[in-house]
Amino acid sequence: MAAPLHTRAAGLDRTLFLVVPAALFMLLVFVYPFLYGLMLSFTPTEGGALANYIKFFTTDNLWPTIGTTLKLAMPATLINVGLAIPIAYQMRRKSPYQKWVTTILVVPITLGTVLIAEGMLTYFGPRGWLSQTLQFFHLYEGPIRLTHNYWGVLISLIISGFPFVFLLILSYITGIDPVLARAAATLGADPWQQFKQIYWPLLIPGIAMAFCLAFVQAFSVFPSAVLLGAPQGPTRVISIAAYEAAFEQYDYSLASAIAMLMGFVQLIIVAFVLGMRRVFYRGPVTGGKG
Amino acid sequence: MNTNLLARAARGLIWGVMTLFLANIFLMIAAVTTSSIARRWLGTFLPDGYTFQWYLDAWKEFQLGAVLWVTAEVVVAVVGLSLLIGVPAAYALARRDFIGKRWLMLLFLLPLMVPPITYGIPLATVFYKLHLGGTIYGVILSNMVPALPFVILVMTPFIEQIDPNLESAARVFGASTRKMFWHVLTPLLAPGILAAALLVLVRTIAMFELTFLTAGPDSQTLVVALYYAVFAAGVRAPQSIDAMAMVYMVITLIWLLIALQFVNPTQLVSRVKEQPQGA
Amino acid sequence: MKQDFSQLRLDKVTRRFAAAGAQSIAALDNMTLTVERGEFIALLGPSGCGKSTALNCIAGLLALSDGSICLDEERIDILPPEKRGFGMVFQNYALFPHMTVRRNIGFGLLMRGESSADIERKVEAVVRLVQLQGHEDKLPGQLSGGQQQRVAIARAIVIEPPLVLMDEPLSNLDAKLRLEMRAEIRRIHRELGRTTIYVTHDQDEALSLADRIVVIKDGRVQQIAPPAEIYGQPANLDVARFMGYRNVLSLDVASQADGRAQLSSPGLRLQGMIKQPLGAKAAAAIRPEELIVGDGPNAIDGKIENVEYSGRDSLLDVITPAGIRLHVRSVVHPAVGAQVRLSVPPERVLVYPAESNQ
Repeated sequence: MAAPLHTRAAGLDRTLFLVVPAALFMLLVFVYPFLYGLMLSFTPTEGGALANYIKFFTTDNLWPTIGTTLKLAMPATLINVGLAIPIAYQMRRKSPYQKWVTTILVVPITLGTVLIAEGMLTYFGPRGWLSQTLQFFHLYEGPIRLTHNYWGVLISLIISGFPFVFLLILSYITGIDPVLARAAATLGADPWQQFKQIYWPLLIPGIAMAFCLAFVQAFSVFPSAVLLGAPQGPTRVISIAAYEAAFEQYDYSLASAIAMLMGFVQLIIVAFVLGMRRVFYRGPVTGGKG
Repeated sequence: MNTNLLARAARGLIWGVMTLFLANIFLMIAAVTTSSIARRWLGTFLPDGYTFQWYLDAWKEFQLGAVLWVTAEVVVAVVGLSLLIGVPAAYALARRDFIGKRWLMLLFLLPLMVPPITYGIPLATVFYKLHLGGTIYGVILSNMVPALPFVILVMTPFIEQIDPNLESAARVFGASTRKMFWHVLTPLLAPGILAAALLVLVRTIAMFELTFLTAGPDSQTLVVALYYAVFAAGVRAPQSIDAMAMVYMVITLIWLLIALQFVNPTQLVSRVKEQPQGA
Repeated sequence: MKQDFSQLRLDKVTRRFAAAGAQSIAALDNMTLTVERGEFIALLGPSGCGKSTALNCIAGLLALSDGSICLDEERIDILPPEKRGFGMVFQNYALFPHMTVRRNIGFGLLMRGESSADIERKVEAVVRLVQLQGHEDKLPGQLSGGQQQRVAIARAIVIEPPLVLMDEPLSNLDAKLRLEMRAEIRRIHRELGRTTIYVTHDQDEALSLADRIVVIKDGRVQQIAPPAEIYGQPANLDVARFMGYRNVLSLDVASQADGRAQLSSPGLRLQGMIKQPLGAKAAAAIRPEELIVGDGPNAIDGKIENVEYSGRDSLLDVITPAGIRLHVRSVVHPAVGAQVRLSVPPERVLVYPAESNQ
């Protein structure tokens, strides 16, 4: 891509200076705070270098947050990815449906988690439309409990996460040249074999990527865990613990340690998933020279 | 045939799930809308009567005027600064190969892959140390962390597909760098810049975590104000909160509709699209 | 799936596509063709003429709007592609990028449920046939264009299909490789004798490969004939133009008898062979290489306006006093501005009715 307009025998290419402000900004406002936080986490207000981490793993309302968060993020991600693959595959051909569905699905993403939480409180609440409808048809007696508990947060993770995963996987599926499936068909592959032999192996890298991004988002769930969940109980997720340490106890050192742990757990899962996909083939998704 | 029946059942199920999902989202929005104009709504299917009183209440109680002004300031500053720094960087990345380019790309990619709350907490810590925390400058700077890479990732492939020979041609015909930039490059880049600006705008209005962590009482954007209103629910009438949610939703949806005139819906989400690796 | 057949019959095959508005356009209109076992048929036409549509209809990748396709007595146009059992070579090869050469070639056999020993034996045999020994475990991305082409052909023929379909298989190769692969396709067809339908826009390819050529334009079949006939006796003016009859002269019909026509226009008299029933006006088509510099029948005087030297011969632009421009390929190299006399045997002047829009 890079074709120099005028080559110089020596000296710096002035075009490269254009990238400097952006790089500098990222170093100062993204990398530096991260490193600062990492250092800070090892310089606790009291105790040795590892005191914050020891405190995290020995305090009863801190260390279980990892499990609590995983218990929300894992099912949410699996459901979202599991639903998105067949639906996106169904819509892989360009059609008016595809355009409409993608446009509608982008709405919950842009509205964001806070608005979804407020909507869910009204709609899924014990006196909301859903509860009333179920009672009206005698499908479920008594008020349903879908807010201020585990299920409320899980549903909100699906509402905000599914469109994201779906659109991501759809863009991977539409990136696979449909002529490959046609070639398979002329060689005797029925529709199921076309999916299994052609689409599935070529999709694996994309699915792994979508899984990672969706998981990382779900793992850092914050506003919906507070607004829709039980933030002192079953949905006390790790980001709540970090927020409380920083802005309620003003222990920035502990807060940084929790943030680092949060990033670390995400990193482990991402590394695992991306490592798994290396077992499979990753390569071009178009046939021939492309 | 057996397989045919199975395929049809699967297709029906898929459409069913999709319809159910979309219907529930639609009803959720409808519930908020109804509540915001309900005089009184307690356990019945529809409210007793309708009023726009709650919007006036929300305007006064939540100081929506001030909040909207702050939101506008933040969004304009974030979009403007991100474009100013991001477009030239994207140009350099699209046109030149240099040592360390892969690392630089990684640096621009990371803030989009790491969730905001993970890096937001150390970032807020640093900002409070520097007395930037709680000010509108802190909010703008922190919102630029995902916005700037987003501009770069949208613009780089856009610039790559513009034929570099056009620039060479302009130079051969005697245009200086500045003239070349204004007369050749800017008009060609305009559609890409517009798309990037709209995408960043929509995402900044909806960005909760970073603003929440760095904003003070008088530097809250609309979405953070909405969070505090929902958080402190019980103090105020739920209809008033829903009225505020409606204001937020309408603003976001208007900009989303404008954005969708110029960009593909998938562009709002698929921030990281893997380049197929050529063999 | 049939292993063998004696006749493939396309009967009034039509495919319409929805166009802007409520109308639909026929990409392929009433194509009727009978292919005998072992034949090599080329579908020839400019891009967008409907030749690929025809191939996709035969393969089952496109549904017919009208008409039928039969293999002997069995109607096949209602079957999905995987039930037809034809081998197909795609324009961009459509090799599966995640499978090795061996697995790509063996894919069709695997889908037919053959044992792995059989698959291995057959793949090995066909790899030898297309001369790809030593590349079996590479991925398509690691092969050159010509090698990918061989894999695509091997994959299509290893399943021993009754019919091999090829969609512009050489269009992605450079000129030298294209000639090489053309010879390769001829050799494989000679060795296996498989019935082949080959789509191309390149006249040379069609002439050199096919037993019969089907010329298609705007979705309609123009002519079905062996290469020599297509080349020498185009059925209509469109086919003539497409086959390189660059000189098309508009003339009045003076008289016609015994299949010959006397044509005239101010300053020009020509005698030619009638190819289609004529009205008062006619168009005469002549190849540049059949106009001879020198005296003879059908003499035309003119002035050299331009000379394009191309080695063995030159391409001359000759202008007659009446202002008619003629393209001539000639081994003599006259100078620009020189007066020349051209001639052409009446057998090589093909006379068609004049086009209505002229």
